Amino acid sequence: MTDMTGETILKRSTYRSGAFEARLRRRYRAERWFQRAGIGAIVFAGLMLVFLLGTITLNGFTAFWQSHFQVEVYFDPAAITPSGSLEQSALSAGDYQALVRAALLKQIPAASSRDGKRALMELVSSAATYSLRDMVMAEPALVGTSRPVSLLASDNTDQFLKGHIARTAREGERTLTDRQVGWIDELTAKGVLTRNFSLDVLTRANSRQPEQAGMWGALIGSLLTMLVTLALAVPVGVATAVYLEEFAPKNRWTDLIEVNINNLAAVPSIVFGLLGLAMFLNFFGMPRSSALIGGVVLALMTLPTIIIAARAALKSVPPSIREAALGIGASPLQVVIHHVLPLAAPGILTGTILGLARALGETAPLLLIGMVAFVVDVPGSLSAPSTVLPVQIFMWSDAPERGWIERTSAAIMLLLGFLIVMNTVAVFLRKKFERRW
Amino acid sequence: MRIDHSDWLPGGNGPPVKITARAVNVYYGAKQALNDIGLDIESNRVTALIGPSGCGKSTFLRCLNRMNDTIDICRIEGRIALDGEDIYDKVIDTVQLRARVGMVFQKPNPFPKSIFDNIAYGPRIHGLAQRGPEMDEIVQSSLERAGLWNEVKDRLKEPGTGLSGGQQQRLCIARAIAVSPEVILMDEPCSALDPIATAHIEELIDELRENYTIVIVTHNMQQAARVSQKTAFFHLGNMVEYNDTEEIFTNPRDERTQGYITGRFG
Amino acid sequence: MQSTILIAVIMGLTLVGYLLGRSRAVAVAGGRLSHLHSIPSYHGFFVAIWAGLPAFLLLAVWSCFQDQLIASLAMAGLPDTVRQADAQSLTLIKTNILNIAHGIATGSEPEPSLREAAATYNQLQSLAGFCLLALGSALALAGIVHARRQISMDMRARNRVERMLSIGLVLCSLVAILTTVGIVLSLLFEAIQFFSRVPITDFLFGLHWNPQAAFSGDAAGSFGAVPLFTGTLLITVIAMLVAVPIGLMAAIYMSEYATPGARAVAKPVLEILAGIPTVVYGFFAALTMAPAMQVLGSGLGFDVSSQSAMAAGLVMGIMIIPFVSSLSDDVINAVPQALRDGSYGLGATKSETIREIVLPAALPGIVGAVMLAISRAIGETMIVAMAAGLSANLTANPFAAVTTVTVQIASTIRGDQEFDSPKTLSVFGLGLVLFVVTLILNVVALRVVQKYREKYD
Repeated sequence: MTDMTGETILKRSTYRSGAFEARLRRRYRAERWFQRAGIGAIVFAGLMLVFLLGTITLNGFTAFWQSHFQVEVYFDPAAITPSGSLEQSALSAGDYQALVRAALLKQIPAASSRDGKRALMELVSSAATYSLRDMVMAEPALVGTSRPVSLLASDNTDQFLKGHIARTAREGERTLTDRQVGWIDELTAKGVLTRNFSLDVLTRANSRQPEQAGMWGALIGSLLTMLVTLALAVPVGVATAVYLEEFAPKNRWTDLIEVNINNLAAVPSIVFGLLGLAMFLNFFGMPRSSALIGGVVLALMTLPTIIIAARAALKSVPPSIREAALGIGASPLQVVIHHVLPLAAPGILTGTILGLARALGETAPLLLIGMVAFVVDVPGSLSAPSTVLPVQIFMWSDAPERGWIERTSAAIMLLLGFLIVMNTVAVFLRKKFERRW
Repeated sequence: MRIDHSDWLPGGNGPPVKITARAVNVYYGAKQALNDIGLDIESNRVTALIGPSGCGKSTFLRCLNRMNDTIDICRIEGRIALDGEDIYDKVIDTVQLRARVGMVFQKPNPFPKSIFDNIAYGPRIHGLAQRGPEMDEIVQSSLERAGLWNEVKDRLKEPGTGLSGGQQQRLCIARAIAVSPEVILMDEPCSALDPIATAHIEELIDELRENYTIVIVTHNMQQAARVSQKTAFFHLGNMVEYNDTEEIFTNPRDERTQGYITGRFG
Repeated sequence: MQSTILIAVIMGLTLVGYLLGRSRAVAVAGGRLSHLHSIPSYHGFFVAIWAGLPAFLLLAVWSCFQDQLIASLAMAGLPDTVRQADAQSLTLIKTNILNIAHGIATGSEPEPSLREAAATYNQLQSLAGFCLLALGSALALAGIVHARRQISMDMRARNRVERMLSIGLVLCSLVAILTTVGIVLSLLFEAIQFFSRVPITDFLFGLHWNPQAAFSGDAAGSFGAVPLFTGTLLITVIAMLVAVPIGLMAAIYMSEYATPGARAVAKPVLEILAGIPTVVYGFFAALTMAPAMQVLGSGLGFDVSSQSAMAAGLVMGIMIIPFVSSLSDDVINAVPQALRDGSYGLGATKSETIREIVLPAALPGIVGAVMLAISRAIGETMIVAMAAGLSANLTANPFAAVTTVTVQIASTIRGDQEFDSPKTLSVFGLGLVLFVVTLILNVVALRVVQKYREKYD
């Protein structure tokens, strides 16, 4: 052993040697780089999040400001109702475009040529015509009077004013002619063309024209779909969890159910769309594009999430509660309903909200069951054709006009707003009711 | 960074002191775990720390190589010196310190690597040797000194987790030896082992004393009596008594020590 | 709608049944409630179940068959000349009748016979609705009467209610199984039809994907799915190259280095990233990343199309970062502290401990997590649909436009296809491949992770 002592002492000195110190410095440098890589990863994720949200917000918030022409409109009886009748049917057939044209020509007399008129009318949205008709039909007494009216500007006008159509571009490369640009400048200078805060993007139904398109229909569609999902997925999911956690014997059958649920949770969402297509649309003949079938498909997709969350919540209720209740003569089902479920409720609720949040943002399976149909009407029932917010985002993002970018971004802001609220509520519930046994 | 601790030392001409602790207080958050501990650990001796569970003996052991640094809420006051050098000084590097003060844990914790790599890990990170004959020699001599070589020399490539509990603990001791520490701290190294494996380890501790200073935490008083030369008795975060092992077990000065070693509490 | 009214009626009768049952039990007990076998509310539930359950079952079965039955009845009224048409045009006629009946404009003025059939259809529908309403209400009432009669002092109402509830629980737990069975059956059934027209080998190994051409006759040669598989693979690889290192490093930082303060910032960032819908990522990819890739690519001298695998893959990688990091976080936290202590005790630095001890120990779990992430990337649809395009190029160039299995599924089907064209059916072939591949990945990954957890429990 004595020679070993010598060896040991020789080695001990190495911890004080310069070589060791140098190596130590290298090791600490590696340590710092490793830590920096970790911070870098987090920072990268954070930057991407900021970049994404920033892009969306910057593009989207302008959708809440829309350009309008503030003009005096003369409700010319000759154009509205040549016959002089004030019946609704007669009023609805009037030439309201002529009113718009006349009102604008008063501002830009230079555009009186045929070409000029057409170019001028391109500056205003087709919605302006309909809004005048609606005004007159609601109040026939307007005929023959003049009234200041705010007329919606066209997509191109609006986008130009927002700076999305380059003034410096050559004439052939932008959607507005030089002459139209001149008119826009003139009207803006006169205070006729103004930009006003507007919630149209939320409250209007869908349209093929970006300046008229709103997401009210998609919002209602999402709401109806979520109702169906909630009504199906929560009872079935909680019942399944209760059965598996509280009653089921541990055997191969329940093992199979368990493995099956775990795998179902990881099945790509689009496969659920195929299931909906082949099974519910084709085989059961459920109404296509409806909130009903959308809700059913999303419910099946969300079911595993809810089951897993509910089981975790049930598991966290300590056995002593069950034993205590059983001890005073409650039946097993009473134990679950009176004691275990109320204690597990916050956890189940949290899982449900998170599952629904995922379903609310889901797009792919809904494409397959026809929820991409262009639906102008706000859905009035579960079986009516409808669309949902994420699908609307997908459809809008696909359209070529510049105005859609702003609409799409605004729709995304709304969707993300909902998701953030849902997640915050879930986090809040979890914090508030978190219980350590 | 030498600390003048002549005033701390009990005069006398005993063996050289390796570690000196003075006025050590340890807190976990607001709770005080150790209260004004002061003792000298002598070189090439086995010092046993005994006491009922929760008395702070393991906490004190983990102060000696700053393992408590890995616990966020832990705060340490006072001074601990290794060869007269304050180990809590800013210039002291924990990596260097822990290479000099090795540790063996309560539960054998071999890495999920081969037996060879378990031993080679420490020397490799410290740059004591690279792969090759030099490393082979370190591995062999470490395993030999831990009394494990003959049992594992034919299966160095097999995972360390496949050994029996006692073998795993000797592997962990060999792993600690491989970086040539000056002090080895052992935290109840035999509590998870059967009596035969325990006897093996105790024998090994006795042999290692020749080259290393050993501090061992144990709640087994017979073990303390068998392997150690010095014993410190801890109780409720205080060090009640510190003396030669023989003295402690035959002639305890404090009532609490007497109560504990005679089995009245603990 | 009659069914809506019926639902309301049934629910009302269920409530009435509950109240009747309870009061009947109280009456039977005659003031000695403790002598009842079960407390009165169980008798109430007993009657309520009898009122609601049979009527709801009737409603469910009825609505499954009503439309089909009535449609065929309406078709039966058509002139013989029309009815002798082949199956395909019959389907078309049926669709037309339904459209007219629902008042959906079909463009041209419909034939009188069709209009007549539509009228019959509508008549039959409202007739059936009233029948259903009457039958359902009668059934609910009969249930109440039947159940109420059984109430007595000794009736084991609690046991009977609980028995029915237990059966209900078991049935609910079958839904998950039935969903899987439904997926497998619908994929298999349609895919087999597809493979009877296009040989499976042509599908799996063919290099040319052009379903549009299938209409011009050459069915077999247009359904070679290899370009879709390589496209999926290319995008998945790019996504993994982004997500695995960054997600793993993020998880390591979060579990080993981050102070509570840093964790309080970093965790929400990852959670928000995880909660953003894929369609939003898709929009981001198309709007921002694809043009950026074009600039980058042309800077490097590549010819980059406006849609590229790179843009889609990068954004998909960003989407999967939180998935990888939360799974790896769990896995890393499962590594026992004793191993870290052992390494620190030897004088290893933190990063040495992580790289040499923690990561190798966590490797099986991390592999499982990566497999789940791959399965996620393969099944992702929206990002690719919006940023990678539809052109089935057989290429390994990340700056080229490629397409994937999921995109082809989503772009071919819009819910209104005829089920007999090979183009529509091809989607189920693709769906089957997608399902099988992701299933294998998931099963293996879940098993690997489970084994790993058991090791350290």
